[in-house]
Amino acid sequence: MRRLLPHPLMTLTLATLWLLLVNSAAPGQIVLGLVLGWAIPLFTQRFWPETLHIHRPFALLRFIIRVLGDIVVANLTVARLILGHPQRLRPAFVLMPLALKSDLAISLLANTICLTPGTVSACLTLDRHHLLVHTLDTADREQLIAMLKSRYETPLQEIFEPC
Amino acid sequence: MLNTAVLIAFALVAAAFALSLWRLLIGPSAPDRILALDTLYINAIALLVLLGIHLSSALYFEAALLIALMGFVGTVALCKFLLRGDIIE
Amino acid sequence: MLDFLLSLLILAGAAFTFIGSLGLARLPDFYTRLHGPTKATTLGVGSLLIASSLYFNTRGEGVSLHEALVTLFLFITAPASAHLLSKAALHLQLRSLAPLPTALEAVQKPGQTDLGSTDTP
Repeated sequence: MRRLLPHPLMTLTLATLWLLLVNSAAPGQIVLGLVLGWAIPLFTQRFWPETLHIHRPFALLRFIIRVLGDIVVANLTVARLILGHPQRLRPAFVLMPLALKSDLAISLLANTICLTPGTVSACLTLDRHHLLVHTLDTADREQLIAMLKSRYETPLQEIFEPC
Repeated sequence: MLNTAVLIAFALVAAAFALSLWRLLIGPSAPDRILALDTLYINAIALLVLLGIHLSSALYFEAALLIALMGFVGTVALCKFLLRGDIIE
Repeated sequence: MLDFLLSLLILAGAAFTFIGSLGLARLPDFYTRLHGPTKATTLGVGSLLIASSLYFNTRGEGVSLHEALVTLFLFITAPASAHLLSKAALHLQLRSLAPLPTALEAVQKPGQTDLGSTDTP
């Protein structure tokens, strides 16, 4: 079972992507999508050494909804900053310590930080313990780090690596 | 009303194109120019989607999807070239 | 009613696209310029795509969810390319308004960047 179907979640995702791509839900396309979703992870297995475990699916759903809301708010903030006075911006680099360990959780955190409140994740240090974040307009760095940690990192930690 | 909205949107996206082109021309450093190209392809997706609504034709999505795929690959390749001086190692 | 909603979505999307490019053109240094296109333009195109999805699904020619694919793809790739671009800028040591943190040089030797770790979701 483990060797024949190494990543069940990826199989489902790939099948859904295939159905969206061909834009139909005919039975033949569903079968073809499932076959592709089964075959692609099997043949690219060396790229996915760790298996994904979602421990709390509802927390993931809540996280996604919160991030979508934050994206809209962040965009209004960035639009206000761009239309305002560029000289008054207070850009800063902030080094944020990471508590996450797994690849997927770190990359999800980096993506979330890029899409939300006026921040772009710039670089992950080699030892994977810090993430360099660039912000557009910050007065208090400590407050920003605390906000990012409580709002995004803690939920991700609960979802992917509870211990 | 929808037609007016689409026409105004066309004007805004065209202005966005002009601004990105300006950055592409003057942009002092290489990453600036790559960023301008990145913005240009996303603007092109917006323009194609608007054109699809304007002409009520769903054919333009294939083009938008292809631009989204190829533009991302292009940006990543250019960035890797800047980082390593080589694309395929 | 639907027309009104569609017009609102289209205008908001186009406005955000424009604001993203405006940020690209007028902000002072590379790292601040990065914010405009990654956020505003992505949301702008996203809302245009939602508008187009609504438009084609309500014309009574069957359901089409193509646009969701482009939206999903843009929302995954925009942060990845922003991350890579800022990495390239850090590598080239571009002029920045904000001082670069010194701790980074301690952790990471110059010219040795950790590629490909956060870029594949």
